[in-house]
Amino acid sequence: METKPSLKAYWKQNVKYLFILLSIWFIVSYGCGILFADALNHIKIAGFKLGFWFAQQGSIYIFVILIFVYVYLMNKLDKKFDVDEK
Amino acid sequence: MDVQTWTYLLVGITFALYIGIAVWSRAGSTQEFYVAGGGVSPLANGMATAADWMSAASFISMAGLISFMGYDGAVYLMGWTGGYVLLALLLAPYLRKFGKFTVPDFIGDRYYSNLARSVAVVCALFVSFTYVAGQMRGVGVVFSRFLQVDINLGVIIGMAIVFFYAVLGGMKGITYTQVAQYCVLIFAFMVPAIFISIQLTGHVVPQLGFGGTLTGTDTYLLDSLDGLNQELGFAPYTDGSKSTIDVFCITAALMVGTAGLPHVIVRFFTVPRVKDARLSAGYALVFIAILYTTAPAIAAFARTNLLTTVNGTAYSDMPKWFTNWEKTGLLAWVDKNNDGQIQYEKGAAVEGQTPVFAEGTGHAGQRIVTNPSQASANELYVDQDIMVLANPEIAQLPSWVIALVAAGGLAAALSTAAGLLLVISTSIAHDVIKMQLKPDISEAAELWAARAAAAVAVLVAGYFGVNPPDFVAAVVALAFGLAAASFFPAIMMGIFYKRMNKEGAISGMVTGLMMMMFYILKFKFNFLGGGTPADWWLGISPEGFGFVAMLVNFAIALLVCHVTPAPPVQVQEMVESIRYPRGAGQATAH
Repeated sequence: METKPSLKAYWKQNVKYLFILLSIWFIVSYGCGILFADALNHIKIAGFKLGFWFAQQGSIYIFVILIFVYVYLMNKLDKKFDVDEK
Repeated sequence: MDVQTWTYLLVGITFALYIGIAVWSRAGSTQEFYVAGGGVSPLANGMATAADWMSAASFISMAGLISFMGYDGAVYLMGWTGGYVLLALLLAPYLRKFGKFTVPDFIGDRYYSNLARSVAVVCALFVSFTYVAGQMRGVGVVFSRFLQVDINLGVIIGMAIVFFYAVLGGMKGITYTQVAQYCVLIFAFMVPAIFISIQLTGHVVPQLGFGGTLTGTDTYLLDSLDGLNQELGFAPYTDGSKSTIDVFCITAALMVGTAGLPHVIVRFFTVPRVKDARLSAGYALVFIAILYTTAPAIAAFARTNLLTTVNGTAYSDMPKWFTNWEKTGLLAWVDKNNDGQIQYEKGAAVEGQTPVFAEGTGHAGQRIVTNPSQASANELYVDQDIMVLANPEIAQLPSWVIALVAAGGLAAALSTAAGLLLVISTSIAHDVIKMQLKPDISEAAELWAARAAAAVAVLVAGYFGVNPPDFVAAVVALAFGLAAASFFPAIMMGIFYKRMNKEGAISGMVTGLMMMMFYILKFKFNFLGGGTPADWWLGISPEGFGFVAMLVNFAIALLVCHVTPAPPVQVQEMVESIRYPRGAGQATAH
């Protein structure tokens, strides 16, 4: 079974996007919200200690942004490789 | 109008609305029954997914839980939202392209095995039944608290409503009622939150009030709360008391479990195109995030209100909401030192889980509690649910707001129950009857089978609502753990690893399941030698163990698949095809 070279490139680019976006996903939630929360708690923005803010507010906002960035990137990629839906 | 009348009115109107929508959107074919004909707009599907996902527990209990946990509450906030990123990026678009009806469909086809399909069906049924029992109970509880109806009658009314629109409308009816239910529940959640935020901090947006200063002072709300907590012997609000590794594992297990829950995944089969599946996961998370970023703010507001109004106050000076909720048993006061004042601090007020009341009243007019705990000086028992349920009264909001909270709680419970019942009926009618027992069944007969299965499932769920088994709370961890340990790795490798074969996937799923079962039985049910938190492996609680079981599933699957033959060519071609969006429209025409 042969895959067209362009489709291989499409999949590679998709996996690259996933890797970048999921790295951010991991860093904000597990990194800033859990593993480094204590260190970040020394920084304060308004009434929030930063680590606490990431854990209870910030990571959720960033999750939302990540999905919409993914939607945007993939719609462009689909068009570029001509695999989009008509 | 009084609260009672308002509640009857609002609950009546919302129920009439749900029934109206159900009649309007009856399902005429199995495709409409299972996936709403695959023609739901991404925005509507996003709302429906949010309502489907946010249960009675999210609406009623979560803010209260966080209120008592402080920082540790983040495991729920991040765990139950972060899963949508995994869903949107790793699962939803590809499963939409695959284009059939259920998760067992994918597992069965991708791993060319009816054994794999059966394992998936058993998991789907188990997860869904565990969940739905809790929802029906939630309906009964809301009815009994707000309308003074007997809990059992409340469960039966809830069953009748769900029966009507799930059996008649299938996924199509459920989708559009869930859209309405989302609107009801989010409005009901936000109105009291906004009022209280204004009262405490002067901010209209609760998410900002959360980080703001208390009205009339320069002290930040969270700083003041840290101080109050410490004065009474609790950990500071913004610090946790769980270990870092446990917080990490619980968050991970909840995230991966969320992404693997069949009733959430199946919602992405209902949109027309792959790009709609991606987009609607984004919308779903926006709608969920509105509630999930408000809940921690409510938690902090409610905690502040509780600590500042209650501690050191004489019982006779407490506002009316206190005695109102004391009647329901969600609050109780034992005057251990007989000074007539309420002392609240760290420690248990009563022996066991809940207070036991005797007839009559004590010296200050309080209800008499017969099981006070002498281990601590804490005199106040507070149920976590009160933080949301009593919020409007504590903030002295008008009666229609209180009624709204009742309608919102019902919307949250009913929408989740309906989504779960659909998974159960689809699993039975499609995955068991059509795909395994009787492949030549006609379309009309399959639709009837699906309706009958939904009807039976409603009755079973109702039975568990009336006679709640004690183990519901214990097995919720299991439901997420199972989804994390079985579905998620199998689906993900099915998409991203072409070489994965049935031997690898099945051994991975079975190992993950067994490990999860073992850990829950040992530490939650005290079987197999039992154990205390000190015996937890690496200090990981049963709630977080799903993450470990998931890692083991991945490892075993990869190991086994390398010593067994590669999957057949047509399966590899199928994996290839689900990776590219074009052509998803045709896939619905099965």
